[in-house]
Parts: sequence; C-alpha cells; structure tokens
Amino acid sequence: MNIVVCVKAVLGSTEVKMDPKTHTIIRDGGEAVINPFDAVALEVALRIKDERRSAGEACTVTVLSMGIPVTEKLLRDCIARGADAGLLLSDRAFAGADTLATTYALSCGIARLGVPDLVLCGKMAVDGDTAQIGPELAGALGIPCAVGVTGLPAVTDGTVTVRRESDAGVATVDVPLPAVLTVAKDVAELRMASIAGILAAEDAEISVLSAEAAGADAARIGLAGSPTQVVRSFVPEGDARGVEITGDAAAQAEQVVEVMRGMAL
Amino acid sequence: MSGLLIDVEKCIGCARCVRACGNAGIEVEGPWGARKARATDGCILCGACVDACPVDALSIERGGTSGPQDLDEYRDYWVFAQVDEAGRPLDVALELVGKARSLADGRGCRVVALLAEGAPGTGAADLESALPPRESVDGPSGNAALLISVGADEVIRCRDARFSTFDAEVHAEWICSLVRERRPEALLYGATVFGRELAPAVAVRLQTGLTADCTMLEVDPETGLLQQTRPAFGGNLMATIVCPAHRPQMATVRPGVFAAPEPDGARVGTVSDVPLDDRLAPRVRLLGVERSSAADSITDADVLVVVGRGIGSKKNLGIARDLADALGGKLGCTRPIVEAGWCDPWRQVGQTGVSVAPRLLISLGVSGAIQHLAGMSGAQAVIAVNEDPDAPIFASAQYKVVGDCVKVAEELLARL
Repeated sequence: MNIVVCVKAVLGSTEVKMDPKTHTIIRDGGEAVINPFDAVALEVALRIKDERRSAGEACTVTVLSMGIPVTEKLLRDCIARGADAGLLLSDRAFAGADTLATTYALSCGIARLGVPDLVLCGKMAVDGDTAQIGPELAGALGIPCAVGVTGLPAVTDGTVTVRRESDAGVATVDVPLPAVLTVAKDVAELRMASIAGILAAEDAEISVLSAEAAGADAARIGLAGSPTQVVRSFVPEGDARGVEITGDAAAQAEQVVEVMRGMAL
Repeated sequence: MSGLLIDVEKCIGCARCVRACGNAGIEVEGPWGARKARATDGCILCGACVDACPVDALSIERGGTSGPQDLDEYRDYWVFAQVDEAGRPLDVALELVGKARSLADGRGCRVVALLAEGAPGTGAADLESALPPRESVDGPSGNAALLISVGADEVIRCRDARFSTFDAEVHAEWICSLVRERRPEALLYGATVFGRELAPAVAVRLQTGLTADCTMLEVDPETGLLQQTRPAFGGNLMATIVCPAHRPQMATVRPGVFAAPEPDGARVGTVSDVPLDDRLAPRVRLLGVERSSAADSITDADVLVVVGRGIGSKKNLGIARDLADALGGKLGCTRPIVEAGWCDPWRQVGQTGVSVAPRLLISLGVSGAIQHLAGMSGAQAVIAVNEDPDAPIFASAQYKVVGDCVKVAEELLARL
C-alpha cells in the first residue's frame, strides 16, 4: 500500500505578531514547523503502515510538500519520525500559488510517485485556514474524498472506513481506494523521532523537483496559475476604536446591559 | 512570468522587508551606503515585504492568467442552497440569497438558487411522496417558494435520491454541468462542513478561484468584480481577494455573517426542474450518522459567553454559565480552560476548536491569543472584559470593559 502525506511548512504560529505601527506581520525568527494538522495526518499514515506491515503487507509512506528549499529539513524530520521517503517541489515558479495552483503542483508531484492508494492531508493549514487543498486534490486526481476525519481509518480490501465530521454530527463512511482523506486535529499525536529514524533520515535522499522536472505546465503554477488575487490587505476597521466602558463593576454592568438592549437580542 | 520586482532606484536598504519575510525570501546586500534588497529562493510571493516597504520599492508582477476570454457572457449570481437532514434550507442559504440579491441588483442581473433535494434519512424509494409537492395553486411551493421569497428570481431544482447521502462529488458534478451550460458570474456557498467540501470540489473541476470564509462581499463599481474579504492571520488582518479572469467567482461564507431577509410572499420567481445525469453514482457510502445534539454545539449560538483563564477558578464557571443562560446563549471557552479540564472540548473557540459567528460574544477573562481570535472573527459584536488593559482581546472588541470579569459578570447577572 502506498500512502502519500501532503505537508506544509508554516511558521510556528505563536511567532506571528503584528507590528502595531505598520500593521504588517512580524515574522522575525519564526522557525518553520509542519502544519499541526499535517503532523496528525502523518501520524495516521504511520499507524496504517504499522498495521499493514504487522499484517505482513508492504506499505510505504511518502511525504510530499511544495515549498522553499529549506522545507527539505522538515521532510527529513518526517522521515526521522517514520516516513519512508520525501518529495519536495521547490521552484521560484511555484511561488504565489493559491489553492488551485497548489493543488495542481501537488498533483504533478503525486504523478511522479506513481499511483497512491491513499492521500492524507491535514484538514487545513493554520496559516491559510482554507481547508481547500484536500477536496481540490481529490477532484484533480479524480478520486473520492472524505474531509475532517475524526478517528483512525480502518483499511480493508480496497476500502477505507472512517468517521468524519458532517453538518449533522459525526458520519461513518466507506470510501473506495484510492481516496483522499483530510484529518482533523486530535486524531493522533505525531510520534517522536527514534534514534534509528534519525540515522535513517541523515542518509535519506529527499527528491527535490523543479517545476520542469515535475512536468508542471508553467501556466498552471505559482502566481500565474492562480485565479485568485489578493488586491488589498487592511486592519479591520473599528478594532482600535472600540468603545471603552468605565466605572466600577456595577457601573460597567449597567452600561453593558444598555449596549445589549440596543442590540435587541 | 511573475515575480517580485525591486526598484533599486527607490530601495534604501532599510531591511524592513527582511524582517517582514517569514521565509528568508529577501535579503539586503551590498556595500554600506548602497545596500539593496534582493529576492532569494525562499520567496513565495506572499507580498509581506511589499506591505512593509516604506518607499514603495517593491511590487509583485503577475503574468497573464489564462481564463475564459468571454467573461461578459457570464451573468447572474448563484447560491447553493444547502438543505439540512430534514430537507429544509439552512439559514445560511437564506442569508446568502439575501446577500446575492443586493449584489445582483448592483450588477443588474438575476439571483438563482440551486436546490438539490434528496430524501435524507428516509431512504424513500418514492422521492415525491417524501418531499413537499412541487407546486401549489399559488405557484411554486416548499423550499423553492421559500428561496424565492427571500430574493431568488429562479430556483434550479433537482430531486434525486442520489443527493440523500450528501456525497460532495455528486453535488459537484451536478453544479458543474449547470455552470457550463448557464454560465453564472458568481457562485456562493455556506461555509458549512459540507459547503467547505463541495465548493473546492467544484472549483477544481471548473478550474476557477475560491475564497474561503468571507465576511464581506461587495461588487467593485468600476470592474464589476466580486470583492471577497476574509480574515487572515487570525483576524488581525483582512484580505480582499478577487478572481478577475476566471468564472464563476466563488466564495464560501460562514453562517450568521449576513442577515437573512424577511420572507416576502409577494415576490415572484420561477422554478426549473432539471434531471441528474444517469451516469453519476455516489462513491462514498454513508453507513450512519451519530447526530450530535444541538445542545452539544456552540457553532450556531446567537449569543456566546466565552471564558478564559482570567475567570480564576472553576467555581466561577457557574456565573458564566448562568449569564449565558440568562441571555439565551451558550458557554464557550479558550483552550487553557479545556486543558485544565474545566470544560468539554466542544466548547473551545479557536483554531484548534470551533469557529463561531454569534450576534453577540461576551468574552470574560480571555487574553486573546491569535489562535483564539481566529475562531471568533465571525462574531458581529464583541464585549470583552479583562483586567489587563493591554490584553490583545481588546483589539477585537467593540466594547472594552477593563475590570474584574467575575465581578462584572455577577453585576450583569443581577441586572438580567
């Protein structure tokens, strides 16, 4: 069984601060980490691998990322924790990609890895927060998808059974393989690297592919391949101008009640 | 070809761009007095340096994006009107039809609602007997009539048992075939669990853009483009996004962001019944749903009282809960409260908890970590109570109460 886990490097989110004067994001010294949701997806993949292998079946886990060259370090860390191989799509031409262009790039990477049985993604990235890559990737690959998986998947001949979030509650579904699953938080915690894993990671070869080597159409990647454009970013209005409610607790409560009356709750 | 352009005439080598960049994607080099910025392999064209540059020396050049050339042929605002398990349109569907109405009026075009009716839960072979009649003597009836009454000019309705299990692929293929045939300029979805799965499935099939979780939608009077504004970086920043060269322009919107219009029974509209392609079959098999009772969810609460570490001790939770009850609302909390075991995880608001969009959020003793702010950015009004006048929560609050949150909560309770 071949499992591909898509991971994204994000800044350790506690490092994100705003410059109060320029209203830009200060990212000084922010060390990149694996998006926490993707870390859970990796652990889920490793659990499936452990299970398959103990059943005497071959199973490999490959981590795939589109990112800047230093992302290779994170992929190596994934190998130290138990992944078998890493593929990094890295090229200036990939820069500025929205979810559609990212999906296309990842699908090119997956095509280089052969047909996977299972593609796992975090439900969303903590920086972009769109939760679009998983379902878009499923569409690009033409395979079914289950988003927001909340428990460990059970794989049985050609089908994966999962519990997943739904608007009505938690749904249990059978998804035929190959499939894309996106994983919610709290399903599992990514294991620590083992000594053997760290040694393996040192020698592991991480494939780094340029856009051309990945066979990507230049018109469909990066900024040029992104239908959406950010035209403006701004600090939300009114934030700094909130109404201050002063006085002792009783006086404050009195005014808050007035405010709530005005809202006609 | 796209890329980061650096005007070396303007660049003063101040290195603000270097500090703004999270990826070591730009550096400043050269001899003293003539230091200039230079992009590196780490550049992901995020634009952070462009915003940070004090002398406008940086800009991002876009290559031409390839989309359909006949953009003017795309007309009308469409809304995917998701139904719940009982088959009724969700509130967010009505909210979006209302919003689409005002956007479409600005564009001089029509509003079309997409209504996919299955037989949820019943598994009824005879769909028509499980659903309300398609028409009454007064014209369209049931869900279609409701959608027309809140602003739709046309409802495209498809009744098919294959919609019953909420398989996103089946819905996506149906929507894509309609889009290809009828060419809407924009298509809106509720940012529900299903909407957030369906919209990307449609976007990738149509190769168009999609903006998640918008809190503002406006039509640019000059270009006619749909300006889609969403919170970024935990709501500290808002980003306005457009999709200039691809159609339809698509966005998801969280429930509760826009107000649902009052239904107007006098509004007139048409209903088009369409079939679902025979070849489509759900691939995902639904085995069962454990319904979470509405009581165990804070996502659709109208009023939310959220407690943070500042409430001091577990016994003070009772006051917050009483306050929530008195306001007809629910109790939410921050991550440390869950970690302390004081509240169940489903009450956690934030990036690793749930996102909420109440009309009123009363925040008690919450400092305002960025991950928490991300989950509450949909709230329409925030009243924050915290002892620390510099707590970050106050930057996201319309009403700032500096004081002991427990005392203020007690005083509030006494007045309700």
